[in-house]
Amino acid sequence: MSSLYGIREYSKIVEIKGPLIVVEGVSKASYDEIVEVELSDGTKRRGRVLDVSKNVAVVQVFEGTTGITTTGTRVRFLGRPLELPVSEDMLGRIFNGLGEPIDNGPEIVAEEKYDINGSPINPAVRAYPEDFIQTGISAIDGMNTLVRGQKLPIFSGSGLPHNILAAQIARQATVKGEGEEFGVVFAAIGIKYDDYIFFKKFFEETGALNRVAMFVNLADEPAMIRLVTPRVALTLAEYLAYEKDLHILVILTDMTNYAEALREISSSREEVPGRQGYPGYMYSDLASIYERAGRVHGKKGSITQIPILTMPNDDITHPIPDLTGYITEGQIVLSRDLYNKGIYPPINVLMSLSRLMKEGIGPGKTRDDHAQVSDQLYASYSRGVDLRSLAAVVGEESLSETDRKYLKFADLFEKKFLTQGVRENRSIENTLDLAWDILSDLPEEELTNIKEEMIKKYHPKYKK
Amino acid sequence: MVKGKISRITGPLVIAENMTGVQMYEMVRVGEERLIGEVTRIKGDQAYIQVYESTTGLKPGEVVEGTGSPLSVELGPGLLGNIYDGVQRPLPFIADLLSKTSPKRSIFVEKGVEVSPLPRDKKWHFMPSEIKTGDKVSGGDLLGLVQETELILHKVMVPPNTFGEISWIAPEGDYTIVDPIAEIKVNGKVKELYLSHRWPVRFPRPYNLKLDPSEPLITGLRIIDTLFPMAKGGTGMIPGGFGTGKTVTMHGLAQWSSANVVLYIGCGERGNEMTEVLERFPTYKDPWTGKPLMERTVLIANTSNMPVAAREASIYVGITIAEFYRDMGYDVLLVADSTSRWAEALREIAGRLEEMPAEEGYPSYLASRLAEFYERAGRVKTIGSPDRVGSVTVVGAVSPPGGDFTEPVTTHTRRFTRVFWALDTALAYSRHYPAINWILSYSAYADTVSEWWAKNVDPKWKEYRDEIMDILLRENELQEIVRLVGTESLDEGDKLVLDVARMIREGFLKQNAFDPIDTFTSPKKQVELMKLIIDYYRKARELVQNGIPAAKTRESLGRLYVDIIKARFNIPNDKLEMIEDLRKHALDALEELKSKEVKGA
Ligand SMILES: Nc1ncnc2c1ncn2[C@@H]1O[C@H](COP(=O)(O)OP(=O)(O)OP(=O)(O)O)[C@@H](O)[C@H]1O
Ligand SMILES: Nc1ncnc2c1ncn2[C@@H]1O[C@H](COP(=O)(O)OP(=O)(O)O)[C@@H](O)[C@H]1O
Ligand SMILES: [Mg+2]
Ligand SMILES: [Mg+2]
Repeated sequence: MSSLYGIREYSKIVEIKGPLIVVEGVSKASYDEIVEVELSDGTKRRGRVLDVSKNVAVVQVFEGTTGITTTGTRVRFLGRPLELPVSEDMLGRIFNGLGEPIDNGPEIVAEEKYDINGSPINPAVRAYPEDFIQTGISAIDGMNTLVRGQKLPIFSGSGLPHNILAAQIARQATVKGEGEEFGVVFAAIGIKYDDYIFFKKFFEETGALNRVAMFVNLADEPAMIRLVTPRVALTLAEYLAYEKDLHILVILTDMTNYAEALREISSSREEVPGRQGYPGYMYSDLASIYERAGRVHGKKGSITQIPILTMPNDDITHPIPDLTGYITEGQIVLSRDLYNKGIYPPINVLMSLSRLMKEGIGPGKTRDDHAQVSDQLYASYSRGVDLRSLAAVVGEESLSETDRKYLKFADLFEKKFLTQGVRENRSIENTLDLAWDILSDLPEEELTNIKEEMIKKYHPKYKK
Repeated sequence: MVKGKISRITGPLVIAENMTGVQMYEMVRVGEERLIGEVTRIKGDQAYIQVYESTTGLKPGEVVEGTGSPLSVELGPGLLGNIYDGVQRPLPFIADLLSKTSPKRSIFVEKGVEVSPLPRDKKWHFMPSEIKTGDKVSGGDLLGLVQETELILHKVMVPPNTFGEISWIAPEGDYTIVDPIAEIKVNGKVKELYLSHRWPVRFPRPYNLKLDPSEPLITGLRIIDTLFPMAKGGTGMIPGGFGTGKTVTMHGLAQWSSANVVLYIGCGERGNEMTEVLERFPTYKDPWTGKPLMERTVLIANTSNMPVAAREASIYVGITIAEFYRDMGYDVLLVADSTSRWAEALREIAGRLEEMPAEEGYPSYLASRLAEFYERAGRVKTIGSPDRVGSVTVVGAVSPPGGDFTEPVTTHTRRFTRVFWALDTALAYSRHYPAINWILSYSAYADTVSEWWAKNVDPKWKEYRDEIMDILLRENELQEIVRLVGTESLDEGDKLVLDVARMIREGFLKQNAFDPIDTFTSPKKQVELMKLIIDYYRKARELVQNGIPAAKTRESLGRLYVDIIKARFNIPNDKLEMIEDLRKHALDALEELKSKEVKGA
C-alpha cells in the first residue's frame, strides 16, 4: 500500500512528561509529522512531532500519556503531517476532535486530503469583505455590523448567554437579496456536554442539521486534541468555501479551552512563558486559526468566523481575549451588568466593535443614514453612561437639563434598542428607525454626528 | 559555498552541522524545498538558522546550503506599487506562479516558491545624466533617470561603496534591470552597473551628514499636525490597545502625508488590512499631486499567520527600501504596524535559541534592536552628487498587552522616538476618534515646525495652538473637580472653559477617517478652525468677565453652535470662506448678546 510508504517504527522511549514522550534512536522523523503510539495492551493513540534532532524526537500525544510505559510501547512515524480527508458530504455529519466520524454514518469518501495546518492566504488575493449580513439583532446590525468573510468573536463570561446569542445569529443570518443559506462548521473545543447538546438540538430543531458539520471535543476528552479541533474544522471550511463555492459560518467554542491546552503543552516543554504563563507565541498561534477566514478573488465562497471565548474573571485584558482582540476584526462583548439587569442580548456596545462595518453599510447595502446614526448612538449612549456615574455621585438634580436628557436616553437605549427577544428578527430598516425613535428624544442640536440632510430625511419630527 | 546538514528542527529554528565557514547573518537554503533561512548564531561547526517559511515536513539530514551573502533586498525601479512578503517576494507573482503549477492552492502562500523581487523582463526608459566616459564616480552619484511611476522619477545611482572611472554609459533607451547601463573601471578591472543593485538589510545605507528635522510632515490629521506634529525625518510611536485606532491612523498617515514615498509594513497584523490598502490606494488620489496613491507606495506584508521569522526580517526589508528612496533625495515615510509583533518574533526566536530572557521573556537586546531601527530614520544630506537632501520618517505602532503602557516594548520604544501619540481605550469606547489622548501625548517637534507654519500658513499658528492646548489642560483639571461636586459650583469662567473644550473636542480633535471631507484637513483649514473656536472663546470670555453667564454665551449661538462643531465635516478644504462667515456670525451673536445684556443691566 502506497500510503504505508515512509512508515517507521521505534520503541525506545527515554522520557515521559505531561503530554510529551521523548523517543530515541529515531532516524528521519520530520517536524510536525504525525505518529501513532501503540501501548503494550494494543490500544492506539495519536500524536505529533514537536521537536526533532538527528536521533531524538519529542512527540506530543493527543490523548495524553496516562498509562504509557517506557517499555513495550511502539511509536510509529507515519511520514506525513496530520491531514483531514475532505468531502462535501461531511455537511450533516458529526466528527470527533480529530475529524473522525462518530455518528455511525456511512464512510466519508474523501475528495482530497489536506494538511490541517493550512497555509496563509496570500494577502494579494484576498477580497475585502463587504457583504452585509443581517443578523436581526439591533446591537449588532446597527452598531457592530457583521459582514461576510469577517472574523468576529463573542467575548463572554461564564454563565452569560453566549450560546443563545451565537445560535440566534446562526439562525437569523442572511445576506440581503440572496436566498442561499450558510453552511455551518461547528467546532466544540473542550465544552461541557450540555453546551454541545444545546447546539445539537438547536441545529436539529431549525432543520439545519444537514448543512452543519460538527467537530466535537468535550470537556472530559483529552485536552491536547483541542489544539487540533479548530484546525480540522477550518480545513473543511476552507475546502467548502474555496473549492465548493459555499458560504460557510464557522463557530468555534470555547477558544479559552484551546488557549489553556496551549499553555499546558508549553509548560510541559519548559518554554519561557509570556504573560500569565501563556506561551510567547500564543499571538501567532491564535492568528494561525483566526486568519483562516475571509473572501478571495476568483472564488465564490467565503468563511465567516464567530469564535466564542469566556473571559477569565470577566477581564478583557486577560491574555486570551486580549490577543484575540488584536487579531480578529472586532469583538462582541457581553456584560454581566446588563445581564443582571435582565437585558437580552446583554451586549456592551461601547466595548464592542466591528472593524469591517464601514464597507458593509451605506446606500445600496443598508441605508444612507446608517454610519451617522451608529456614530450618534455611540456618542450619545457613552455620554449617558458617563453621566450616570456622575449622577450617582453628585445627584441627578445637580445635572443640567440637557444632561438629564442624556440619562433618559441611556435608559431608552437599553430598554428599547438593545433589548429584544431570542426569536425577534429585526430588519435593518427596523433597527435604524428604532434608533431614530430614541435619538429624537434628545434635543436636535445634540445630534452633532449626523448631517443636516439625514436629519431632514429620517428624524421623526420631519418625517411626519 | 558552505554545505551542511540539518541536525535539529524546532519550530522556525533549524540547527545545521558541518557549517564551518558560514557567515553570521548569511542567507542559506534549507532542506530539499530550499526554504529561505538566515544564520543567527554560530557555535563550533553548527549554525542556528531562522527559517522564513514553514518548517513542517523538514527532516534531520536534509541539506543546508550557504549563499555567500547576507539577507539582501533588490533595489531598483519596480518597487513602487508592489506588495512583498517579509523577505521581499512579490506576493502577486507568487499567486500567478501557483495558479499555473497548483491552481487549487493558488490563493495560499505555499512554501519553497522562488521568485525575484523585481520583474526581469520589464523595460524601463533610461535617460543618462551628464556623466561621461572618464569621469570618476563613487557611491550615490547620479547615472541617470527612469520615470518609475507617474509620481516618482527614479534616480539611478552608483551603488554605495562602489567607485571607479566610467568607461561606458548606456545611451538613452529602454533597458531591463539585468541589462548593464554603465561600466566602471576599478584598478584595471571592469565592473558593470545596472538599474538595480542589492543591499544587505541589516546594514544601514550610508549618508553624508545627518541634519536636524525642520519641516513638518503634514498629515491632514488635525490633532497630529496641530498639537503633536511630526517632522520629516522624525520618529514617532502610536501605542494603543486593540481597536483604539492604530491601524486607521497608520492608513491615514500613509494616505495623506506630505511624503514623496511611503513604505507600509504590515508586520504580524491582519490580512484584510493589507487587502484594504491594496484595493483602496489605487483609487485614492495623493492630495498633494492628485495622482493615484499606489504610485508612491510600497507594501510589505507579513500577516500574523505568516512565518514568524520573516516578520522579524520585514522591518529591515522595509527600512532598507526607505533609505534607498531617501538616497534619491525624497522624503520617505515608513509606517510599521505593529512593532510589537516584530518584538514578539524576536522573543520567539530567542526562546527557541534558549537565550536568557530579560523582562517578560523578551531578549535582553530588545532595547538595542529598537534603538538601531529607529536610528535609521532621519533627514540627511545624501552621498553622491548632485547634492541631495532626503529623509526617512519612521512611525511604529505598538500593541501593548492589555493596553498597559508600562510593558517592555512600549517603554523601550519611548526612549528612541520623539513623538508619542498615546491611544486611549476610554476615548475609543466612546468612539472619539482618533483616540489620541491629548494629556499623555507629546511631540518634540512642536517648536521645530512652528517656523514653517508661520511662514507658509499663518503667523498666529503657534499662538492658537498653545491656547487650544491650555484650554484642554484646564478642562482636564476641572474634570477632577466636576467628578466630585458637579458643574454647578464652578465659576462662570470655568464653565466657559468646559463649554469651549467640548467644542474643541467635538469640532476639532475628533476626526472621522471615513468621512470624505473630514478625513483630510488642509493646513489652512486647520488654522481657520482653530481661529473660529479661539476667537469665539476670547470674545465670550470678555463677556463672562463682564458678568454675563457662560450658558448665555452658548445660547446666543443658537444653531451656530452645531454649525461650528460640524464645520470639520461640512466645509471642504476649498470653501474656507464659509468658516470665516461662521466666525463672523458667531462674533456678531456675542456682540448682540453684549449690547442686550448691557442695555438690560
Ligand atoms: N498645499 C499645501 N499645504 C500644506 N503643506 C504643503 C502644501 N504644499 C506643500 N506643503 C508642504 O510644504 C513642503 C514644501 O512643499 P514643496 O515640496 O512643494 O516645496 P518646494 O518648493 O518643492 O520646496 P523644497 O524644494 O524645499 O522641498 C511640502 O513638503 C509639504 O510639507
Ligand atoms: N479616525 C477614525 N475615524 C473613524 N473610525 C475610526 C478612526 N480610528 C479608528 N476608528 C475605528 O476603530 C476601529 C479600530 O481601529 P484600528 O485602527 O483597526 O485599531 P487598532 O489597529 O488599534 O487595533 C476601526 O475599524 C474603526 O471602526
Ligand atoms: Mg491595528
Ligand atoms: Mg520639494
